[in-house]
Amino acid sequence: MAEYIPILVFTAVAFSFPIITILISKAIRAGRFDPVKAEPYECGIVPASEAFDTRFSIRYYLIAVLFVVFDVETVFLYPWAVMFKKLELFGFIEMLVFLGILVAAYIYAWRRGALKWV
Amino acid sequence: MTYLVIPLVKIVVILLVLILGAAYLTFFERKILAYIQIRLGPNRVGPKGWLQAIADALKLFVKEDLTPARSEKFVFLLAPVLIIVPALLVFAVIPFGPSDIWRLTDINVALLFVLGVSSVGIYGIILGGWSSNNKYSLMGGLRSAAQLISYEVPMGFAVVTVVVMAGSLSLVRIVEVQRELGVWFFLPGIVALFVYFVCGVAETNRNPFDLPEAESELVGGFHTEYSGMKWAFFFLGEYANMIVISAMATVLFFGGWLPPFPNLLAPLWALPAVAWVPPPFWFLLKVAAFIFLYMWFRGTFPRYRFDQLMRLGWKVLLPVSLANLMVVALGVLILGGRS
Repeated sequence: MAEYIPILVFTAVAFSFPIITILISKAIRAGRFDPVKAEPYECGIVPASEAFDTRFSIRYYLIAVLFVVFDVETVFLYPWAVMFKKLELFGFIEMLVFLGILVAAYIYAWRRGALKWV
Repeated sequence: MTYLVIPLVKIVVILLVLILGAAYLTFFERKILAYIQIRLGPNRVGPKGWLQAIADALKLFVKEDLTPARSEKFVFLLAPVLIIVPALLVFAVIPFGPSDIWRLTDINVALLFVLGVSSVGIYGIILGGWSSNNKYSLMGGLRSAAQLISYEVPMGFAVVTVVVMAGSLSLVRIVEVQRELGVWFFLPGIVALFVYFVCGVAETNRNPFDLPEAESELVGGFHTEYSGMKWAFFFLGEYANMIVISAMATVLFFGGWLPPFPNLLAPLWALPAVAWVPPPFWFLLKVAAFIFLYMWFRGTFPRYRFDQLMRLGWKVLLPVSLANLMVVALGVLILGGRS
């Protein structure tokens, strides 16, 4: 585990960089507070509604679900790829079967229009 | 002590080079874009404009930093930190040279570490877009999240292609295999390289896939409400991510720190006239070439429309990268134990 210690130190240093910089700039920066400045920007017009309440397309959700399916599959591919030279033909056919099932689902999603963005 | 002092020195050097490099990329980008458009570009601050990046950083440092009144304050502050930290953290495992001096650490799952850590950056973008309580930011953040996760899938397949050829997840080992085989992986993996780089451009929100920040429709996208130093971190994160993608492309496909034709021209690289050149020189040269490609893209291509972007990701790159993976696997199978 010794090789992970530098990564831990790196994480601490990397986190401290933006935090320290923001703190320093907070101390020396210019600026005079004005309630109008703190309004959300909408091309100069007073916002009529909160952005938190804005509805958005269901397709973003669909994309997220598809991503989970394919990304979990990628996770299965990594150990397979590392061991591929030892698994040889068995591993190749095994992965063909696995990908075949996935491609069937992919074609299904495509045919049902899940990949189409209107 | 050796556990702490030597790594700490390396960390500080890596971070300084990375942050300065990212800052200076803005200058180089403006220069390159200017020359593409037959202009001169920034040439007023310092000799030939070389202090421009420093001036920009100083300006951002003292600029007013606004937090929208009805925003989610803590998340608003957290988002830029979440952008910049993963981009920097990736460099903990990137090998710049063959010996231990040239890298911080070598872990056997370095590739997984890189992919996992760089995915955290998505949180920064979507949280920043959401917490601003601004409609442009929200739309930009959502678009960006959809774009990033869509292109992560083919990118993953392209990376797996390299793992099949190398049989290891260690970045050092991947480069070593390329030296042993005498062929860099961009040759057998030309399709994977293409998919990887297109996805890399999309992952960093760069032209022609810079929809999350499309200034002509979304003002500034997810960072519309950001100003001052927090905005600078979004910017710095984008450029640091460009360096990350380029460095990974170099390691995975272009033999990392190896000089060109390491085996064929081995007598030449052993000559005293060139042997003193440190391996990171070759590494940085290749990284610079990829970054130049990024800027060339920006000067050349028009922006994609969102439906075109999604179609390219899901209907073109995904099947292509998947088919390519199996073709390469078949190739490795036939060539067998020799590799």
